[in-house]
Amino acid sequence: MSIVLDKPDTAGGERGPELSSLGLTMYRFSAWLKSPRPYLMLIGFAIVLGFWYLAVEVLQLPRFESMPGLTEVFREWFSKDPIYGLSIYTPEYYTHIGISLRRIAYAFLLATVLGVPLGLFLGWSKTFREFVFPLFEVLRPIPILAWVPLAIIMFSGSESPVIFLTFLASFFATTLNTMLGVESIDESYSRAASCLGASRWQVFKHVVIPGAMPYIFTGLQISIGVAWFSLVAGEMVSGQFGLGYLINTSYMMIEYPKIIIGMITLGIVGFATSAMVRAAGDYMMQWRVRELALVD
Amino acid sequence: MAGVAEQATAREQDASEIVVTSVFKSYGAGPFAKEVVRDCSFTIESNKLTVMIGPSGCGKSTLIQLIAGFELPDSGSITMNAAPITGPGKDRLVLFQESALFPWMTTYDNIMYGPRARGEDTKESADLAEFLLTKVGLEAFRDKYPTQLSGGMQRRAELARAMINKPEVMILDEPFRGLDHMSKELMWEYYAKLYEEDRNTNFFVTTDIDEAIFLADRLLIMTNLPTSTRAVIEIDIPRPRTIEAVADSSRANEIKKEVMTLLHEEAMKSFSGGSKAAADFLDAYSKRVD
Repeated sequence: MSIVLDKPDTAGGERGPELSSLGLTMYRFSAWLKSPRPYLMLIGFAIVLGFWYLAVEVLQLPRFESMPGLTEVFREWFSKDPIYGLSIYTPEYYTHIGISLRRIAYAFLLATVLGVPLGLFLGWSKTFREFVFPLFEVLRPIPILAWVPLAIIMFSGSESPVIFLTFLASFFATTLNTMLGVESIDESYSRAASCLGASRWQVFKHVVIPGAMPYIFTGLQISIGVAWFSLVAGEMVSGQFGLGYLINTSYMMIEYPKIIIGMITLGIVGFATSAMVRAAGDYMMQWRVRELALVD
Repeated sequence: MAGVAEQATAREQDASEIVVTSVFKSYGAGPFAKEVVRDCSFTIESNKLTVMIGPSGCGKSTLIQLIAGFELPDSGSITMNAAPITGPGKDRLVLFQESALFPWMTTYDNIMYGPRARGEDTKESADLAEFLLTKVGLEAFRDKYPTQLSGGMQRRAELARAMINKPEVMILDEPFRGLDHMSKELMWEYYAKLYEEDRNTNFFVTTDIDEAIFLADRLLIMTNLPTSTRAVIEIDIPRPRTIEAVADSSRANEIKKEVMTLLHEEAMKSFSGGSKAAADFLDAYSKRVD
């Protein structure tokens, strides 16, 4: 859970103006613990897990017959000697996670490095936008799955098609949000800057980039989400190893508990990566964190 | 005698007079064109505080864009010290309606933005920034971000950000709009004091009659759309001015009545949207109320 990043709901207590970031983090953490939020969260999890347990193992509802049960999955997941050969004690589990993470990292970084500048220029230069944006808008709605055959034809091996598919989805989300970010900047900021003697390039550096930053990071959050989405799609069709591959092969081999382990792992790892993106955003936009902290 | 002549020339050079001559400005093209400014002429005299007042939505902001150089007139001319205005420049600084402090910079960095952008990040600039911070009473908020400041503080920070560049002309577009009444009056007194200290050329746009009369040396009253100059009134209330003194001044009340009559007529035109029937109705209605 993003304990560190969440704002406390209980706004009581002293908040000195010069709190160090560690002090602030500790303060927020203890406020979070004192608030009802962590307990509500636990209740939420308990309800879903409880339903799963009841539906499969106790009531044995129709449609749930062949689904692996809660206890079966967790016993397998935390077993030192797993029946289907996959648990937190087997290195294979971490190979899958590691390989998926590596693909995400390549695709996400590439999408950010290319998408953010492209989005900035699209938002900034009207001429450039007229060239590129219509093309962009035609390519963007094509579902990632439709790119699969082309990706396999274009890229050799099993690794690069998956990375390419993951990259594509991320890239569109990042670029589009960055462009919207630039468009959202109030014109009075750039006018104020040019009034104060800033050149066009300085306006870009000092107004356009920081002004678009909140949207860029919203875009990156979406981007990392769709990256996981298309990664799994890619891994299911092509590629070896990875969590999507794990889920798909477990299905083929009728090793159902592994499907659930793969899914839960995807959820946790996906959440962790998006929390990292958010933390990076908060770190780079101190002004915004403070702005929001004032509101609560 | 020679001394006097010299002084006169020095004053002439120091003078920063803006002359607007028969300016026309429309937005949109062809059948959708909307004329915003029509045959508008006025002068912003040097070393005076000129206030422009007019019905809201009457194109005052357009005139500011033109004088600031963000846009060019369709026809007519705008000159500063006899040279035509072709683009924005640090000699004419604009304070916008909404705060345009950069939210991603601290108060100090905002104030230092002008000098830094022009590559003048010197000891002198830094000292001046510190001096201005104290002058606008924000030294304790030096390292705060704009959203951590109150509305009045933001306006003062913005004044400091403009003043550090020593502009020849300060252009203020309804700068105190949105402040509550008390902060507004405090800002009037504060701003009038700043102006009375150095008497630079100031051009102030507002829709608030009290504000206009309290601040102005010269008051330009604008017509409804398309905008032109309706009347110019010299406000001969002695300086330094205080809220109480102006409130008690019978001269101020006379001027206020005069301004209100003129503005009422213009506002009426805008309200009735040019319809003769609506105008007649409003006219009859206002007589009935009187």
